[in-house]
Amino acid sequence: MQMADTPYQFPDASGHFGPYGGVFVAETLIPALDELRQAYAECQRDPAFVAEFEYELKHYVGRPSPIYHARRLSEKFGGAQIYLKREDLNHTGAHKVNNCIGQALLARRMGKPRVIAETGAGQHGVATATVAARYGMECVVYMGSEDVKRQAANVYRMKLLGATVVPVESGSRTLKDAMNEAMRDWVTNVGNTFYIIGTVAGPHPYPVLVRDFQTVIGKECKVQMPELTGRQPDYVIACVGGGSNAIGIFHPYIGEQGVRLVGVEAAGEGIETGHHAAPLTANARVGVLHGNRTYLMQDEDGQIIETHSISAGLDYPGVGPEHAWLKDSGRAEYVGITDAEALQAFHDLCRCEGIIPALESSHALAYAAKLAPQLARDKILLVNLSGRGDKDMHTVAERSGIHF
Amino acid sequence: MSKIQATFQRLQAAGRKALIPFITAGDPDPAATVPLMHALVEGGADVIELGVPFSDPMADGPTIQRASERALAKGMSLRKVLALVAEFRRTDTNTPVVLMGYANPIEAMGGQAFTAAAREAGVDGVLVVDYPPQECVEFAATLKGAGLDPIFLLAPTSSAQRFAEVARAGSGYIYYVSLKGVTGSANIDLDEVARRIPQIRAAVGMPVGVGFGIRDAESARRIGELADGVVIGSRIIEEIENSAPGEVVARVRDFIKGIRTALDQIGETAR
Ligand SMILES: Cc1ncc(COP(=O)(O)O)c(C=O)c1O
Repeated sequence: MQMADTPYQFPDASGHFGPYGGVFVAETLIPALDELRQAYAECQRDPAFVAEFEYELKHYVGRPSPIYHARRLSEKFGGAQIYLKREDLNHTGAHKVNNCIGQALLARRMGKPRVIAETGAGQHGVATATVAARYGMECVVYMGSEDVKRQAANVYRMKLLGATVVPVESGSRTLKDAMNEAMRDWVTNVGNTFYIIGTVAGPHPYPVLVRDFQTVIGKECKVQMPELTGRQPDYVIACVGGGSNAIGIFHPYIGEQGVRLVGVEAAGEGIETGHHAAPLTANARVGVLHGNRTYLMQDEDGQIIETHSISAGLDYPGVGPEHAWLKDSGRAEYVGITDAEALQAFHDLCRCEGIIPALESSHALAYAAKLAPQLARDKILLVNLSGRGDKDMHTVAERSGIHF
Repeated sequence: MSKIQATFQRLQAAGRKALIPFITAGDPDPAATVPLMHALVEGGADVIELGVPFSDPMADGPTIQRASERALAKGMSLRKVLALVAEFRRTDTNTPVVLMGYANPIEAMGGQAFTAAAREAGVDGVLVVDYPPQECVEFAATLKGAGLDPIFLLAPTSSAQRFAEVARAGSGYIYYVSLKGVTGSANIDLDEVARRIPQIRAAVGMPVGVGFGIRDAESARRIGELADGVVIGSRIIEEIENSAPGEVVARVRDFIKGIRTALDQIGETAR
C-alpha cells in the first residue's frame, strides 16, 4: 500500500487502525474510556499539561536520552554503522517511564487518587510504582505468580516504592493474566482508579495515548541523527512486545519514506517450534483480546495460547493494533529473533561497548547484527536500546549454569 | 417472534418473573452439561445462559474463572458447546438457550459460520461480553437475520445515549449488570437497581434481566420485584463445585427450585 500522498492519520475517530484496534470491552468500562478520551483530548490542547510533561521528562527522567555510535560493535559486525538510542539511561532503566509519567499526570488531572498496572518482567510495574510515589498516589500492581517468582528483585523494588504487588493465580499466571486481573480491578473501582497500561495495547484510546507519550523517543532521534551523522538513518530497529518502544521510535519516521522500520519480535525457541511470542512474524490469526483486535497467538478454537520468550517483557500473545496495521500496510517489517540470538547480542554489547542491555532490547540488537554485514559501511542502523539489563542478571546467569 | 421474546411475553401475561440461570458448558465435565441444563428447567428456569469457556475471561470473578478453567481442561470448545446445545434440544425444544462468552472464539470460527452453526444447534440468543454494540454491527445483523437475538449488557455507568445504542442493536432482552465489578461480586446496590430499571425499560422497550451479585432466594426476590428477570450464575457454579459427583444434578435442581419459589411469591403478594 502506498502512503506517500496521504498523510498518515491513524487511528480513526473510533480508535481503529484499518481493521485493528477498537473498544472491545464490557459495557461497564465504556463510559470510563469515553471519559479518558475526553480528558486526554483536553490535555493535548492544554499548553500547561504539555509543559509539565516535558519538564518531568527532562528533570525527573533525564531526557533527552543520547544517541551513541557503537563503533566497536559496528566493527565487530562488519558492515553498516550501529547507533543506539539510549533509553536504558532513563530513570528506572527503560522507556516505560515516559508513558507512566504521561498517564499519571492524566490521572491526577482526572482526579483519580489510585493507579493500577499490569506487569510481566516488572519494568512497567516499577515505573508505575515510581511515578505513583513521585505524585503521592496509591498504587496496586498485578503480576502473574509465575513472574513474581522469576522477578523477585523487581517485586521488592515495587514494594520499596510503596506499591502493593498482587500475585495473579489464574490462567497461565503471566503477563496476559495480570492484564485480565487489572481490567477486573478497574471495572470494580472505576470511580477512583486510573489504569496505567504499559504498552500500546488495550482498548482505544490506550494505543494512542501510550504512543503519543512514547513518541518523544523518535522525535529526539529526528533531531539528534542529523546532528551526529548529517542525515536520518537507513533503518530504525526496535523490539516489539506490545510495541510501545517500537511505536515510540517509529511513529515520527512513518512519513520519511527513505527510512525502513523493522520491528523485532521474540522468536523464542524458533518460529517453527511454536514456542515463541511473535504473532506478526508467524502470521498468527487475527482476533480480539484485552480490548482490541489484532494478531493473536491462539489455537484452532480461539483460546489464547501460552507464549515463550527468554525476555519476560516480550512474552505476550498479542501486539499493539497499530503494529498490525503497519505490517499489513507494508510501512514496517516484522522479524523474529530467537532466545539464543538475543543472548549472543546481549553478550556482544556487554563486551564490545560496556553496556549491559535488557534482554528485550537485545532482540533488536541481534537483528542489527544480522543485517549490518549485508550492508555497506556507510549505511546507518538506529537501534532502540529500550532498557538496561540489570533486571536480567538472574536469567542470563542461569543460562550459563550460574546461580547466585 | 423469537423464542426468547415469546417466553418473556408469556411470563409477563402470567405476572411472573423470568428465572435465568447461568452455567459454564463443560463444567465440571462435558458429560454433566446436558443433564444440568435439564435439571435447571425442572427446577424452574425460563431461559438458560450457557457460558462458552475462554482462556481469558476478563469480566468474570474467581468462581466463573475456575469453571472456565475446568471446562477447558476437559477439552471444551465453542464447537463442542454447540454440540451440547443440539443434544439438549433433542428432548427440550422449548427452553430458550443463550450463549454467553467472549469474542475471540467466535472470531476464530467466523461470525457467519458461527451464526449458521448456532442456529442449526438450536441456540436462541448470543451475548458476547466484549462486543459492545458499536464493535459488532455486522455480527448483530447476521444474528438477527438468522432469527437469533443479540443480547447486550447495560451497566450502572451507562448513559442514556448507551441505552439508545443498545436498544437499536439488541433484541430479546437487556442484561443489566447490577454493579460495578466482575461476576460473583457481592456488593449489589438495590436502590441503584430500583432507580435504573424503570429508566432502562422505558428507553429500550425490551424486558430487563438483572445479574451479577444475586446469591440466594432473598436477593433474587428483591431484584425480581424490580426487574423482568433474574440472572444467577456464580452461586450455581459454587453449588456444582461443592457437590459430590453423584449429587450435582439434584443439588442444582433443588437450589433453582428455591429461587423459583421465591420469585413466584412476588406475583402472589402483588395479587
Ligand atoms: C526494556 C524493555 N524493552 C521492551 C519491552 C517490551 O515492551 P514494548 O514492546 O511495549 O516496548 C519491555 C517490557 O517490559 C522492556 O522492559
